[in-house]
Amino acid sequence: MVPMEYYLVVSTIMFFAGIYGFFTRRNLLAILISIELILNSVDINFAVFNRFLYFDHPEGFFFALFAIGISAAETAVAIAIIINIYRNIRNIQAGKLDNMKY
Amino acid sequence: MNFSNLFFLKEEVSLIVVMVFLLLFDLFATGKIRRYFHLIACVALGGHLLYNLQPLAEAKAFGGMYVNSPVISLVKSVLEAGALIVFMQAGNWLAGEKASIKRGEFYVLMLSTLLGMFFMLSSGNFLLFFIGVETASVPMAALVAFDKYRQNAAEAGAKYILSAVFASGLMLYGVSLIYGTVGSLYFEDIPAGIVGNPIQLMAFVFFFVGMGFKISLVPFHLWTADVYEGAPTAVTSYLSVVSKGAAVFVLMMILYKVFAPIAEQWQSMLYLIILLTITVANLFALRQRNLKRFMAFSSVSQAGYLMLAVISGTAVGMASLVFYVLVYLCSNLGVFGVISVIEQRTGKVDMEDYNGLYQTNPRLSVLMMLSLFSLAGIPPFAGFFSKFFVFMSAAGTGFYVLVLLALINTIVSLYYYLLVVKAMFINKNDTPIAAFRSDNYTRVSLVMCLLGVLFLGIFSVVYEQFSLVAWGM
Repeated sequence: MVPMEYYLVVSTIMFFAGIYGFFTRRNLLAILISIELILNSVDINFAVFNRFLYFDHPEGFFFALFAIGISAAETAVAIAIIINIYRNIRNIQAGKLDNMKY
Repeated sequence: MNFSNLFFLKEEVSLIVVMVFLLLFDLFATGKIRRYFHLIACVALGGHLLYNLQPLAEAKAFGGMYVNSPVISLVKSVLEAGALIVFMQAGNWLAGEKASIKRGEFYVLMLSTLLGMFFMLSSGNFLLFFIGVETASVPMAALVAFDKYRQNAAEAGAKYILSAVFASGLMLYGVSLIYGTVGSLYFEDIPAGIVGNPIQLMAFVFFFVGMGFKISLVPFHLWTADVYEGAPTAVTSYLSVVSKGAAVFVLMMILYKVFAPIAEQWQSMLYLIILLTITVANLFALRQRNLKRFMAFSSVSQAGYLMLAVISGTAVGMASLVFYVLVYLCSNLGVFGVISVIEQRTGKVDMEDYNGLYQTNPRLSVLMMLSLFSLAGIPPFAGFFSKFFVFMSAAGTGFYVLVLLALINTIVSLYYYLLVVKAMFINKNDTPIAAFRSDNYTRVSLVMCLLGVLFLGIFSVVYEQFSLVAWGM
């Protein structure tokens, strides 16, 4: 069986790649994808901890399930707002969202 | 399954009933009765508030997943009173041409964020806490982007939802690490496993950063000003008071309950954060000209004072926090009520536009002045007492230097609050905003705020009520 640490390395890399993407991407959809990476790394963490350390109670699995459902809802609202921005200014680059500054 | 557990959820279930009623009313009511929609919404929410005013006893449901206690009940009532005032102040805007077709959505979205906050406050497990946080913040994003043809609102919505989801991602990562080291998600069981090893400290930092985004503490406050400016004014006032108050209180409960074993670490972290929050927000507020942005930075600095009540970790801290939230709610909603009604009548939100307001609208300007005095903490008004209790709780645990620095910052904040007062009363203006009569809902809400500002501090029974039910670490 693959040891637990391997899974955790993958999830940690995903998490920090998501943070890096959130700060460096210029397209709103790419930023959203980066956030999804963060949320998915959390799901991996929960599943792995539950499977390897606390397998008698499926608490972590349920948390992962709920987190997946809720992140889908968040993404839906975010995409709706992004579409709305596209309708207003025909652009979804983060740099164009500069109406309000200072 | 035992359905009798649902009786413990009296507040939430009755709120769901109100919500579904308003949703069905929006769908099926036609013609004449629809004209009373706003009245019905306000009466339904007010009735719900009165129905649940009596604090509930200590209770646990669903195996500890859901907990309730008198202090949580009181906080829920305070938040709901805030939501009711926001409803009343939104009446004018909702009656307008652009918003009136989707007014039902406004009520339902607002109430679902309130429901999320109720669940978040009553959670006894990180799962329910997370669901509550998201139920509060996802409809909030829809509300921020409510005026969908106005580019500023859409922009604010995008900024809000992206930073909110990012924050909850960070928070969840922290929770997952805590789960990995402790093996439980119940608030009751976690403290036994918290020993303060590096991975738990890292988990705590991630969790705190996530909550810091929601409360808009300083290193994480960058979304605040833009979102507050772009959102409709009613939503801004709701964001600045109700959702902030709920998030601060729930963060305090988790710090008290779950992270009590590493209290020393989180206190030293909060120390720096509070100092940064109050100072940086005050310095930025000095140079704002748009009143909504101005109030955004003012609310960030008020969040610093709210956290000052948290740092002590005592029952006095909890009582003073609840009292501070109540007073802050009255004074901030008083200011936002005036901003909102003037924005509706004239479309002006800049500080220069308020020059000479006293000549044309004396009552509104006096009310705004009193609310600003209360925010700044000038003695006879409620704001002074709430600040006093907060400082007392922090000084009681020995944070003297922090209290001194916060006091100095109060003087800085007095300067910028007085700038607005000066604009209204002293600055000359040839074309001030014309005199107008505000609608009845706004008037009633402003009178409620005014009563709170004037009397909450003087009648000590309010604070005593809170200190009876508060508990410490």
